[in-house]
Amino acid sequence: MSNFDSLSASEKYSHLNETVMNMLNKPGWGWWAIFAVDMMFLAFGIYCFIYQIYTGLGVAGYSHPVLWGVYITNFVFWVGIAHSGTLISAVLFLFRARFRMSIYRIAEAMTVFAVATAGLFPIIHLGRPWNFYWLLPYPNQRGLWVNFDSPLLWDVFAVSTYATISSVFFFIGMIPDIAAIRDTVVGKAKKVFYSVASLGWKGSSWEWGHYTRAYFYFACFATPLVISVHSVVSWDFAMANTPGWHTTIFPPYFVAGAIFSGLAMVITLCIPLRYIFKLEDYITMDNFDGMSKMIILTSSIVFYAYLIEFFIAWYSGNKYEYDQFIYRAVGDYALFYWIMMFCNGIVPHLLWFKKIRQNLMILFIITLLINIGMWFERFNIIVISLSKEFEPGSWGLYKPSWVEIGITVGSFAWFFMFFLIFVRTLPALSIAEIKEILPVPKKNGGSSHE
Amino acid sequence: MSKSNQNILGIYTYVDVLVDAIKKLRAEGFENLRVFSPVPNHEIEDALDTGKEPSKIKYFTFCGAILGALVGVCFTVLTSIDWPIVTSAKPIVSIPPYMIIIFECMILIGGLSTFLGLIINSRLRKDTSPELYDERFSDNKFGILVNCNPDDLEKIENILRDFGTDEVQVNGVLKVEAKEEEIKEEAKEEEIKEEAKVEEVKEEEVKEEAKVEEVKEEEANPDITEVKND
Repeated sequence: MSNFDSLSASEKYSHLNETVMNMLNKPGWGWWAIFAVDMMFLAFGIYCFIYQIYTGLGVAGYSHPVLWGVYITNFVFWVGIAHSGTLISAVLFLFRARFRMSIYRIAEAMTVFAVATAGLFPIIHLGRPWNFYWLLPYPNQRGLWVNFDSPLLWDVFAVSTYATISSVFFFIGMIPDIAAIRDTVVGKAKKVFYSVASLGWKGSSWEWGHYTRAYFYFACFATPLVISVHSVVSWDFAMANTPGWHTTIFPPYFVAGAIFSGLAMVITLCIPLRYIFKLEDYITMDNFDGMSKMIILTSSIVFYAYLIEFFIAWYSGNKYEYDQFIYRAVGDYALFYWIMMFCNGIVPHLLWFKKIRQNLMILFIITLLINIGMWFERFNIIVISLSKEFEPGSWGLYKPSWVEIGITVGSFAWFFMFFLIFVRTLPALSIAEIKEILPVPKKNGGSSHE
Repeated sequence: MSKSNQNILGIYTYVDVLVDAIKKLRAEGFENLRVFSPVPNHEIEDALDTGKEPSKIKYFTFCGAILGALVGVCFTVLTSIDWPIVTSAKPIVSIPPYMIIIFECMILIGGLSTFLGLIINSRLRKDTSPELYDERFSDNKFGILVNCNPDDLEKIENILRDFGTDEVQVNGVLKVEAKEEEIKEEAKEEEIKEEAKVEEVKEEEVKEEAKVEEVKEEEANPDITEVKND
């Protein structure tokens, strides 16, 4: 640390470039080992999916009345993870939060890969996944169009728009950094790759002028988009009259929950990355501090939503709603309910203490617990509500099968596969943006932040 | 690169001297400047007065967003009318749920046209001439590229040097400072006294010549020989 501080402003610029270039060095055995293990899990997930296609949906655990099981839980979970990436890159950009600079690239990469993972699950949970394109509105021989009144179709539009816009946003942010890699990278193939990807970026003043404007507009688009996407996902549930789903609090509750889980995932990814690549000079304790505080905020919103749901269930006088919530707390799935309450409502409040925010080991464990808690939150909403609807005659329990668990594990492997490739091929730190917060090299009057 | 269009590039380490140099050049009437930097910087923007010409990307963004919204409206309304079927006892054209589709289309097309606007306006792809670009500009160096007549070359070079440039390149060739050469000659005269120093300087010279040679090979350009004769 002190070593970095003693460098001159100009040397710090170079140090940053070198740090990023070092991350792109040829991966060692450690990386390959992790990658191989990851591939094994992914292969098992793919095997499970193929098995499910050949044998039929019966091998997945869901059946009447719970027809949305772990797959849709995973879908909502991964879309939620995606959201904080956009929050960090777009919303915090508009708020000029400096602590976002060094982590936003990792968060954005996480967004893109999480959406790529989430997008698989609506297809996986279909009985005939090869017909998934029926969801898309295209002119067909039957002359039929899709039902625009259906929340599931809103999902198609929202998630595909989100995937496109967040990928382009991710790419735009990287252009100057890819150019920096292009300028120093050795090897012809790599040079060609980075040259093409940099779009001929030279860093001249007019390029920067247009670039900063474009980035600003993109952030303005991405901010309402991120709110709309998870609102739409929540309407998948809230538009139905199922007890436990049919509430107006769902959109803000889901958006807060998404940001909450995503922030936890960013910290989960950043802590090992920072340690492995020795990024202590850039990903500082202040970054973790800022994110931890946002976790406290979003956790409070989520916890409030958990409690107010109970209140409204009682206050509305709706018997079905009331019984549903009592069932959640003391019924067959009570264990999962209390895991959720503990991980999302209680544990994050440890972060009020500065000592805990500054202890990366504890922070890492807390964020892991939050990830688990948030996965169970979606599980509870989906499965518990469906298992006890209005008709006692059609009540039933659901237990995930090994195929569903295999595919879930595979989805994590799928996500980490992208992430592992990303840290070795693309700049995981935003070179240009971190330079904005580093002191500007000046000859007279020392150096300053602009 | 025609003869009347000479390019001279000054490379800087410090922003404040760079900004002073830009101001001086502009005061002298050299407006055809291109400034390179590894990071966007407001002082440079102010010195170049880029605020006078705001970026046109906003028009791309705005038109894209309007177009996207219109696409959303047409898509939902027209396809519903094309096959009118009542779902959930709602009107055939029910605006509230369509707002979601319209919103998503607006963001999608607005965002993509912003990206297009960035590529077109910043001339990212167009600008592929073997321009005077230095790889250090993405690292820690700043640069001013001046496009000028051959007559002004010397004047600009002097301005760049007065403001403490690290090095000057004319049409892609590293230019050794005149003063330095004089010193070297003096040093040669005092060979007996300072043998060791001379050796060093010579080595430097060789290195610099090698650089010149390299660049020369890279760019088979008739102007280079001219510059070298300077």
